[in-house]
Amino acid sequence: MSYEQYIKNPISEWMKGNGPESDIVISSRVRLARNLKDYPFPSLATDSHANEIIDQVEGVLNRDSSVDIGKFELIKMDELNDLQRRVLVEKHLISPNLANGSRKGAVALSDDESFSIMINEEDHLRIQCLLPGLKIYDAWKFANKIDDIFEKELEYAFDEKRGYLTSCPTNVGTGIRASVMMHVPALVITGQINRIVSAVTQVGLTVRGIYGEGSEALGNFIQISNQITLGQSENDIVENLYGVVNQIIELEKKARDNLIKESRYQIEDRVGRALGILSNARIIDSKEAAQKLSDLRLGIDLKMVNDISPITLNELMVMTQPGFLQFSSGEVLSPDERDIKRASIIREKLKN
Amino acid sequence: MLCENCKQNPATLHFTKIVNGKKNEFHLCEHCAKEKGEVIGDNNNGFSFHHLLSGLLSFDQMMGNNPAPNSSETLKCNTCGLTFLQFKKTGKFGCSDCYTYFENQLDPIFRRIHGNSIHVGKVPARSGAKLHLKNKITNLKEELQQKIVKEEFEEAAKLRDQIRDLELKLSEGRG
Repeated sequence: MSYEQYIKNPISEWMKGNGPESDIVISSRVRLARNLKDYPFPSLATDSHANEIIDQVEGVLNRDSSVDIGKFELIKMDELNDLQRRVLVEKHLISPNLANGSRKGAVALSDDESFSIMINEEDHLRIQCLLPGLKIYDAWKFANKIDDIFEKELEYAFDEKRGYLTSCPTNVGTGIRASVMMHVPALVITGQINRIVSAVTQVGLTVRGIYGEGSEALGNFIQISNQITLGQSENDIVENLYGVVNQIIELEKKARDNLIKESRYQIEDRVGRALGILSNARIIDSKEAAQKLSDLRLGIDLKMVNDISPITLNELMVMTQPGFLQFSSGEVLSPDERDIKRASIIREKLKN
Repeated sequence: MLCENCKQNPATLHFTKIVNGKKNEFHLCEHCAKEKGEVIGDNNNGFSFHHLLSGLLSFDQMMGNNPAPNSSETLKCNTCGLTFLQFKKTGKFGCSDCYTYFENQLDPIFRRIHGNSIHVGKVPARSGAKLHLKNKITNLKEELQQKIVKEEFEEAAKLRDQIRDLELKLSEGRG
């Protein structure tokens, strides 16, 4: 089964690389919403429409001219069970919407998992590029390149006045959603985060939890993305986001410096307790795990903990999610069993 | 009421499960419900744009801004069959032609969501080529008129053929 490689490893190849500002910015993502001209949008498409769209995308990916974007593997949602789909969501390779809500949904994944093309989600195509650290401009460049290749072969729904036509009016125009996932524990501890969130929304950006629309902030991670897609060029949107993210990075750094200066003991205590709980707990739920992993990560970033790699933490973030936990133990677990399994995975991982 | 599972947070989700005729009720907080897998997907409980859209649209009528509220009630996309009322309810278009059929209603909606109603940014090369072709045809037609006025008919005939070829290319949709 070809899709197994994408499911069994907790972190994608791309996540092992280090990007700029990686102590605060986890990843940068750009997705482009595109539709084909002659088909109804997925919400109204028939199964045969949907299958034709999958075939067309597969056709483009298999063409010789697509060779310089690398190899893609096409995975249909109905070939996967619930748990396998959930793992792909936890790895940010597909949206919760594609996993649960789509009819005839599919995804094409690149070898290193930095590109994914969702098919028959809310729009016919959702071209996504994910990179580590603050590389939002590169993510746009790469997603744009994939888009160019599709556009040569497929006739997009495009209107001179409205731009790329999308199923939802919130995406029309450029169809771009650029987002940056950040770890901002110091801003949360000092309570500055609320002020920042409300300021950010005033410049056409929005803050979400790490699993996209509707998900809550978990373990001091926030995802900042553009809200406006019509009337601003892709470059302006990406630059605007980049500028705001840089300001937040500066604020987080300042907050971290202040914490060390003024509350060194408190922070060392917090990090030490996190390490203590994570290395010794026998039962831990996902919320506590996320919080303690965040504290430990802060400790690593502040050089209070030196023998654990940030990559290990990235891995644990995914490995401790309910879907991945159950997938790796090969069976459906009750919440209580999951909490026990989660604790044991964390203990093992931190021992090495 | 506190969540039965963690006994810490208030219970905000209440479930009734009937298995083999046996009725079970339980009360959970959002977090525990998610852990137990009782809530499927994350987008069911968020307050998303779609909940707001019908509000945005009725606001229009409340302010008396909508010039013909009745005509929008019966508006329908002839390609996919989606009515404007359905669009208001779901917040989603049915196909790309909905944008044409609902055109007159869309400017205020887009302005409210994006602060703009006209696209700026990437244009697909193919549509760009079409646009280029259209402009070229317009220019050639003007030139043709001038040749006719000047009675340079041989030149005019050449231009006429050129325009015909370009128009054929345009109608094939493959610039």
